[in-house]
Amino acid sequence: MNAIECKDVCFSYGEEGGFAISHLNFSVEEGEFVAILGHNGSGKSTLARLFNGLLEADAGEVDIFGVKLDEKTLYEARKRVGLVFQNPDNQTVASIVEDDVAFGAENVGLPREEIGQRIRFALSAVGMEEYRSSLVSRLSGGQKQRVAIAGVLALKPSVIVLDESTAMLDPRGRREIMQVVEKLNKEEHITVVLITHFLEEAMMASRAVVMNRGEIVMHGTPKEIFSRHEELLTYNLALPRIGEICKKLQAAGLGVRDTLDIEELAEDIAGELTCAS
Amino acid sequence: MRIVAEHLTHTYNAGSPFAVKALDDVSLTIEEGEFFGVIGHTGSGKSTFVQHLNALIRLPSSLKHYKKPKAKKGQLPPPEPILKVGDFDLSSRKTDFRALRKNVGMVFQYPEYQLFAETVYEDVAFGLKNFAEKGHAPTKEETDAAVKEALEIVGLDFQAVKDMSPFDLSGGQKRRAAIAGVIVTRPEILVLDEPAAGLDPLGKREIMELLHTIHGKWCKTVVIVSHDMDEIAENCTRVAVFSEGRLVYALPPKELFQKAEELKSLGLDIPLTAKLVLALKARGVELSCDFTTEGLLSAILERKEGKA
Amino acid sequence: MKDVAFGQYYPVSSFVHKLDPRLKLVFLIAFIVAIFLANNFYGLAACAAVLILTIAFSRVPIWKVLRSVRAVLFLVLFTTALNVLFYGGETVYAHWGIFTITKEGIIFSAFLVLRIMLLVMCSSMLTYTTTPVALTDGLESLLTPLKWIRFPVHALALIMSLALRMIPSLMEETERIKNAQKARGADFESGGLIKRVKAIVPILIPLLLSSFRRADELGEAMESRCYMGDKHRTKYKKLRFSWRDLLAFLLGAALVTGVVLLRVYLGATV
Repeated sequence: MNAIECKDVCFSYGEEGGFAISHLNFSVEEGEFVAILGHNGSGKSTLARLFNGLLEADAGEVDIFGVKLDEKTLYEARKRVGLVFQNPDNQTVASIVEDDVAFGAENVGLPREEIGQRIRFALSAVGMEEYRSSLVSRLSGGQKQRVAIAGVLALKPSVIVLDESTAMLDPRGRREIMQVVEKLNKEEHITVVLITHFLEEAMMASRAVVMNRGEIVMHGTPKEIFSRHEELLTYNLALPRIGEICKKLQAAGLGVRDTLDIEELAEDIAGELTCAS
Repeated sequence: MRIVAEHLTHTYNAGSPFAVKALDDVSLTIEEGEFFGVIGHTGSGKSTFVQHLNALIRLPSSLKHYKKPKAKKGQLPPPEPILKVGDFDLSSRKTDFRALRKNVGMVFQYPEYQLFAETVYEDVAFGLKNFAEKGHAPTKEETDAAVKEALEIVGLDFQAVKDMSPFDLSGGQKRRAAIAGVIVTRPEILVLDEPAAGLDPLGKREIMELLHTIHGKWCKTVVIVSHDMDEIAENCTRVAVFSEGRLVYALPPKELFQKAEELKSLGLDIPLTAKLVLALKARGVELSCDFTTEGLLSAILERKEGKA
Repeated sequence: MKDVAFGQYYPVSSFVHKLDPRLKLVFLIAFIVAIFLANNFYGLAACAAVLILTIAFSRVPIWKVLRSVRAVLFLVLFTTALNVLFYGGETVYAHWGIFTITKEGIIFSAFLVLRIMLLVMCSSMLTYTTTPVALTDGLESLLTPLKWIRFPVHALALIMSLALRMIPSLMEETERIKNAQKARGADFESGGLIKRVKAIVPILIPLLLSSFRRADELGEAMESRCYMGDKHRTKYKKLRFSWRDLLAFLLGAALVTGVVLLRVYLGATV
């Protein structure tokens, strides 16, 4: 079943700039891990906000588990599709970790005991149990983002959409978040839509699409997409440094395959350098 | 201008039970003309260090009512912290701190959030007016020329943006305008805290290119704080590593990133090039390079040709 | 990072922390009433004793409570100076020009300073021992009768808790912007009033803009987590009255009565 399906969706912010999203068709299968790539201003964050009705499509429709998103189904859709945003400082509502995680569960009117269970579940899923009664303001960026994910998990969503949730973190924080996301997808079978401009992060996804000017311009497995690096450049996306090294070695006549994996690349280079002797 | 720090120590909330020693006996010299990198975790002291460079954090001895710490019985007194930037002695109360700040530009993280004026022109000219000598306010022509030059070096079109509100610029343009607002006074030293944070990979690359342009033509010395080891390895002449308030290393990338194990134990990463060199070593191929992409590529190709 | 001395929750578990926030609010009001009813040092001593007892049972370190006075230190020093120098009275210790230092002046100043300090320390005890969420829940519950006249009690409580939540972020941000403008030569310390007010603009505008941005993003995050006002909303932390609260209530009542008795039987010091 499709968790999210966009049918010919258009959206504009009402400025002269034209469509932010233009005649877009896109679907996410239940249980999938999809990456949406695109440079700043490509429309990817707008798309995220269409998935849970923060924005309403001008034309076309967005279906969540086969149900058309409109005013009546909005509430249910938000229970099923959780959004995690970019800035770790601006998405926690309460000062104490557990109070913040409880917020969503309180909003949908769950009984107390159930909320308690949900807090435990959500905090353990992101590895933050020990911070349950800590002050949010004292946490690191990566920890704050994990609390934000827990806050969404407390609603037991089927889909989590991460809108550049790692962009403001240091490398350590970024790693923490990516580990959590991978675990949620594999162990909790939560559908993940990862919106990012870091191609490295997209490698974890089973499928990736590239957006440009409100349209989907490339799709395939992350590997397939990276192998078309010249096309990526035209959409203002840069290959990760390792991909670049790979390409340059190929251009210099070394027999290395297209890869973003250090071990694989090292193996190929070592092969080239030793077999020649 | 040369930066010389000796025994630099700083404690936040000194004297209270909340006291945190953020810098602990740091001695470091940054030569004129360097593209200097500063790395370390959040809370390692690296930000505290760079904020000293333009006296946003002052040495205790430069403040009023300063009393020399007394030595404990039977011990030598703690060494006096020294910080000199060119001829400015930051430990002295008599130093002209305004003149110092004019010479040491500081770009904070997400500098676009400090834009405030009605037009890009006014925002960029802000520092120019502030730093003008008393009674020597810059003329309209002087201001025009300086703002134009600063905007152009950061890659913005003077005519197109000067009358725009800074808030109508795109994200990347805002950051450039903010940087222009710092370099407009032509500081000799430019300090930047995570200049590429939050940008997409192309934006990051453009900012680093911009810094190289500035480094050559405009500011003699550039100091950047960064988490991105690739950025550091590609660009810096030397790198200082901070951990728990102490300076652990100050080495060129070529030497520093050979210490993969030591860096790992400090919780720090190494650049991709260094990882590749290690992975090759594990496969019996020993390469030596300076850990820039170009350096690694030529090392590999040289080896290949040598074998052929 | 700098520590925000005033109004921050101190996360430990204690007798005082576990008290019902409604009771703590009422207790604070009772305490304030007692402070103002006290007209001699015995009354203030009784208040101080209760405060010390509260601090002891809260596991909040005493220096932290004392630090909260720092926020009003200027006010305290200013009023002290004013009163010592101008209060007048009969037992004159020193006299020059328009200034007269008298025994009465000193006693009155001491009384006033004690009052302010007790007031501030007691208020900060409330925020040290009560999470913003509990505080607003308590307030919302106490104000429930106002719902009858359609007063938006829930919205008010939510706004308050969000404001408390944002204080640390905004303080940090202010510091950052201030430093950034200082590095561009901005001068906040010298010049006349007009110049100083003008100097604030480069801090104020970025701060305002960032607050709007924060509010916007926070709103989106709240909506995404199914926030739709207080309809169908449940609360994870239920407010419950327990034996602790009864004890504390009795203490509060005893304090007010005690102070009134001291007032009646011992008369005024000042």
